[in-house]
Formats: sequence, C-alpha cells, structure tokens
Amino acid sequence: MLTMTGVCAVVAVAVLFFILGYLVYHGSTSISWNFFTKLPAPLGETGGGMANAIVGSGKVLLLAALIGVPFGFLGAIYLAEFSGTTVAFVVRYAADLLNGVPSIVIGIFAYILAVLPFKHFSTTAGGIALGLMMIPITLRSTEEFLRAVPRNLREGAMALGASRAKTIATVIVPAAYRGILTAVLLAFARVAGETAPLLFTALGNRYWSPGWNQPTSALPVMIYNYALSPYEDWHRQAWAGGLVLLGLILVINILARAILSRGVAVPRS
Amino acid sequence: MHASVRPAVSVNITPTGTGSASREAAAPLPMRMSINKLNFFYGAKQTLFDISLGIAVSKVTALIGPSGCGKSTLLRTLNRMHETVRHARLEGEILLDGQNILAQDVTQLRRRVGMVFQRPNPFPKSIFDNVAYGLRINGTKLPIAEAVEKSLRHAALWDEVKDQLHKSAYDLSGGQQQRLCIARALAVEPEILLLDEPCSALDPISTAKVEELLVSLKDLCTIAIVTHNMQQAARVSDFTAFLLTGQLIEFSPTPHLFTTPGDPRTEAYITGRFG
Repeated sequence: MLTMTGVCAVVAVAVLFFILGYLVYHGSTSISWNFFTKLPAPLGETGGGMANAIVGSGKVLLLAALIGVPFGFLGAIYLAEFSGTTVAFVVRYAADLLNGVPSIVIGIFAYILAVLPFKHFSTTAGGIALGLMMIPITLRSTEEFLRAVPRNLREGAMALGASRAKTIATVIVPAAYRGILTAVLLAFARVAGETAPLLFTALGNRYWSPGWNQPTSALPVMIYNYALSPYEDWHRQAWAGGLVLLGLILVINILARAILSRGVAVPRS
Repeated sequence: MHASVRPAVSVNITPTGTGSASREAAAPLPMRMSINKLNFFYGAKQTLFDISLGIAVSKVTALIGPSGCGKSTLLRTLNRMHETVRHARLEGEILLDGQNILAQDVTQLRRRVGMVFQRPNPFPKSIFDNVAYGLRINGTKLPIAEAVEKSLRHAALWDEVKDQLHKSAYDLSGGQQQRLCIARALAVEPEILLLDEPCSALDPISTAKVEELLVSLKDLCTIAIVTHNMQQAARVSDFTAFLLTGQLIEFSPTPHLFTTPGDPRTEAYITGRFG
C-alpha cells in the first residue's frame, strides 16, 4: 500500500519536473536577446524573435484583467455580503460551470461576440475571451477570502454605526486584500497560457499590432504555430517561447504564494 | 424548567427589589433606556418573554443568568444588532431617552449606543486608526488625534500605547485589545455602552483591569454588561437582572439581589446550585 501510493505521488510530481526539465533543456539553448527584441524573421531566414508576441500577450492580458477583475471582484462582494442563500447557490454553481467550460468554447463565444460583428480579428476580442475566463476564477476565490473574514469584525464596524457598504469598504476588503490579490494573480496565471480562445479572436500576426483593433500575436498562439511548422529554427523558437511563458506563470504563482504566506491580515481567533 | 413558567415575582421597570423598604428608597431614578414588554423570536422559536427593564443613567446594570438564558440576545436588541441575524423578530418597545429606537435610523442609533463584544475584535489597522475609525466614518469635524488620546486615556490604555500608536492592533495582548475596543467604542461618545461578556476571553489580571475601568467609566456613560460571572456582576454593577430561559426572574439593586434574593430560582443560581 505504502509503496503503491508513494509511487503514485512520485509520478504526479515527476511529470511536472520532467516538463520543466525538458523545457529548460530545449528552451535555454534557443533563447537569446533577439528573442525578446526582434520580430519574427521572414520565411526562409533564420533568427528573429517574438517581441511582437510578448507585447501582444501583455496587451491581451491587460484587457482580460480589466474585464475579469472588476466583474469577479464586485460579483464576489455581492455573493459574500448581500445575496440570499438561493441566489448565492445559483450564482456560485453557474460560476463553477463557467469555470469548467472548455476554453475553446469560450473562444467560439468571444468570436461570435467580438469578431463576427466587426468582421476582423482583434486584440480586443482576445482580451474579451480571456477576460470571460478570468471572471469565474476571480469570483469564486475572492468570495472564499471575503467569507473567511471573521464575523466579529463586521459586527465591530456595524456597532460603531458603519453602514453595510462602509463596513465592506473599510473593514472587510482591507482584511481580505492579501487573499484577493492572490486570487487575481492566480486567475491571471491561469489564462496567461490559454491558446484556444486566442486562435478564434486574436488570431496571430507576424508583425506589430498597433492599437487594439487588429489581429495580434500572443505567446501561446506563436508557440502553437511554430511548433506545427516544418522548420527546425521555428521549433527552437517555440521551445524558447514555452520557456518564457512557463517562467512568467511560475513567477506569478510564486508571487501569489509569497503574498499569501505573509499571513492573512486577520489572525484566526 | 419550562419556558412557559411565568416569573413568580412581578418585576417593575425600575429596579426596586422586593422588600417594601427598598421599594420606597429607590424612588425615581432617571432611565437612559426603558424596555417594555419585549418578546423576541428566532424564526418560530421565542427566546425572550415579556421583558420589562430599565437601565438607569450613569449606573452599571448587569444581566446575569445561565448559558442560553437570553441575556446576550437582550443586550443585542438594545443597539439593534439582532437585525444582522436572519429571521430575528422583536415585539415590544425599547426607548432611548424616551424615543423608540425601532423607529430610528439604525446607524445613528448605534453611534449613541456603543458595544463591546465577547472576544476582542480590533480591526486589522493601527492602534490609532482603530480608535479613529468611528470618528472617521461619521465624518467628524473634531481634531481626531485629540479625540483618540482622550478615548485611550478613558480606557486606561494611553500610557501603554502612546509610543506605538501606529503599530498594528494585533501586536497588543488580549486584554489590551479589549481595552482598545472599549476606547474605540468610547471615541464616538455614546450615551450608553453595552458590553457582552467582555472578560470571558481574558486572563484574571486583564479582567481586573477591565472591571476597574468599567467602574471609572460610570461618570462618562451608562453601562449595561452581560456576564456569566456572578462575582463580576457583584463587583461592578449597581443593578442586576437575573434571566432564566428567556424570562426576567428578578431585577434589583445588586447588593440586594446577592444578599436577599426575592425568588428561589435566583437564590438557587447565585448559590451555585445550577448554571
């Protein structure tokens, strides 16, 4: 029994380290300064980089955060502080279902919502797709952290004549802010690597994408396209792209852990 | 003990004791709050039965009784904190300075009726910001630093914290945190301060400090305190109300209630035969 469970546990961890090791092995040999600063090289030439994809990912993720964080955060406040039990149950259940919807379906939805009416792919559409994915993740975890604020803090504020809204703004959210920040960062890390929703919305682009209304490249899309290509040089760049993306997500995750481990603002009593 | 048992002694709204001598002696005391025929329900379950009680100005009134007797529930109706619980329902009348509190704006009411809870519940803010909280949310025009110092002095905490006002309130000990909560409540200058078993989470030395403090606060405001500790009620209060299964059994001047209880149930409780 011990051996069997132990082996299973080791396998679970080993997969992560195998991926990490493989990616570092292949990616580190291909990564270079050019990768971060140059546009993709024209077909047939070697060299070039993914500067446009890195900036594109940044823009798409910024938009996603602008959509996902306010909806998720304010929705969580409603759930934790105002809603009745039935409404809360329905919203929570719906959010969990939305969270489980395959990302490609979210992509198609955003395609119908933000691509078809305008007849072109765009950064905005990509941001909307990823933003929709961020909403339920932010909402559910933020709600958990708000609920964890002890009841006696709420009572303390209300007994001093604070209204419901003031109690939330001045006591509850400040008491839960570390957890909320962590929730947002983890939602961010979760969508940063999404490829499928972007294939339908941001499409990809071998050049810079000025503004918000043109198709843009993004790291996951670029990795997808390059990995499928028949060129050895593109394969190497795809490895490098994978390494950069994984590094980014790892940094966000570690940051989130660090914020949370500095302790919740309110000691459990 | 059945919930339907009515009090054997009819209880006047002013604490009088049962002897005719003390009834005459305790003539008209000005009342800060008057509770008239209060019935209280959680859903279908009635937890307070026909309570009538007065809380005298600048006195300490203690509510005692065994666990579940409704003393905390009664206290929480006085600043309408019961409204934060779903399905809570109240019948009867509660007057603050002759005005029905149920007809008032609840946030205004809670500024006049302060509350300190069982467990110290400072906000995750600095010591200074904790005391200043009530003033700030009420948009006071007064200089906040002075008001904070005054409140901390009233709560006998100033000398201990004056050099660390901007440290987190959680750096204080439990007893200090509770006195900080008292200072926080005093800062908005309430007319009456409600304390819900304020010492039950404290060690004996901190408890002694809080008790000392309560007696000294009498000049500043009226105090109502719930306690399961009879010695504490005897030490700090001027009047004591004994509750049992949601009913007011006896309400008398404290020395009277503890020396010559008028009801056999009171006697049984204070001599430790149950509870």
